[in-house]
Amino acid sequence: MESTWKKLFNRKSAGLWIFVGAGLIVAVLLAVFASPWASSSPDGLDKTAEEKGFVEKAEQKEPAWKHSPVPGYAMPGVKNEKVATGLSGLVGVLITLAVAVAVGLLAYGLGRLMTRKKADGDTQAQTLET
Amino acid sequence: MHIPDGFLDPKTWGTLSVASAGTTGYALYKMREKMDEKMIPLLGITAAFIFAAQMLNFPVAGGTSGHFLGAILAFVLLGAWPGFLVMVVVLLVQCLFFADGGLTALGANIFNMAIVGGLLSYFLLALARKPLSKAIGEKSSLLVATAFFSWLSVVMASAACSIELAVSGTAPFATVFTAMVGVHSIIGIGEAIITTVVVAVVLQARPDLVNAYKGSAVAPVPMGGEEVA
Repeated sequence: MESTWKKLFNRKSAGLWIFVGAGLIVAVLLAVFASPWASSSPDGLDKTAEEKGFVEKAEQKEPAWKHSPVPGYAMPGVKNEKVATGLSGLVGVLITLAVAVAVGLLAYGLGRLMTRKKADGDTQAQTLET
Repeated sequence: MHIPDGFLDPKTWGTLSVASAGTTGYALYKMREKMDEKMIPLLGITAAFIFAAQMLNFPVAGGTSGHFLGAILAFVLLGAWPGFLVMVVVLLVQCLFFADGGLTALGANIFNMAIVGGLLSYFLLALARKPLSKAIGEKSSLLVATAFFSWLSVVMASAACSIELAVSGTAPFATVFTAMVGVHSIIGIGEAIITTVVVAVVLQARPDLVNAYKGSAVAPVPMGGEEVA
């Protein structure tokens, strides 16, 4: 992993980190300060469900997953609605970032594992030939 | 258009869960080939940005709102399989942490928004770009295709959603299809504007980080230098 570390953190990759940092700042600003002012009208599917009379199919149903820590993008225990939404946005951005990085590391690890196996196989084949 | 629990019948959500899980596994497997170090932070930041942008519901006609989807954005910036996984991560986090979209409908939501609105729409975008690039140039063709296919991705995703609702016996096909595709063809305009602006900004700042743009064919700056032994 040391060489991976060196490849990601060196002078040449400074531009990448500026880009990533700027993107993260934009994401946090949008999630924290813009989301409390987003439209609270039902979205296209919810509105269709209301108008066509099948919205109660979801309302009558117990959710299959009951452990969402922040249901409906409102931080529980925070009275001010706008603050609750903004905080949920901050938490969401950080969690999404972490999960996506974890998936990236998984794919990266998988790739390295498989290329190493292949390289090992190649050297073995060579030794057999000689 | 995150489907909650209760809208789809078990045969529909079951089938789509299997299809989406399979595609996700295949995406992880395919992605390892092109995976380099710098893809890791890019996956993170793209997913985080899309999550944030999806929170910003904008009003459309008649007391309805719409929000950004971001599938074409993720695909254009990162390429097909990493883009797909970014969408899966966003939908998974929304479902598990924010109760946005039901757990039983997660497979259907991935199918609509990451397979139909993602893989399929991006495939059509890639097909259209070849002749388009010849006609109007690489950069303009990317922006024009991004605008049109991000609109189409939202419309196609809403069409898939309508078909699932009809197959589940939740609503008659013609009714739900007309309503869903109608409102999402308006929401799609917002999608096209946001996606095109973001792609244009990244093209300006770091064209080498736009996977679908090959105009900067000057080999991407190598990260680090020495090869892994």
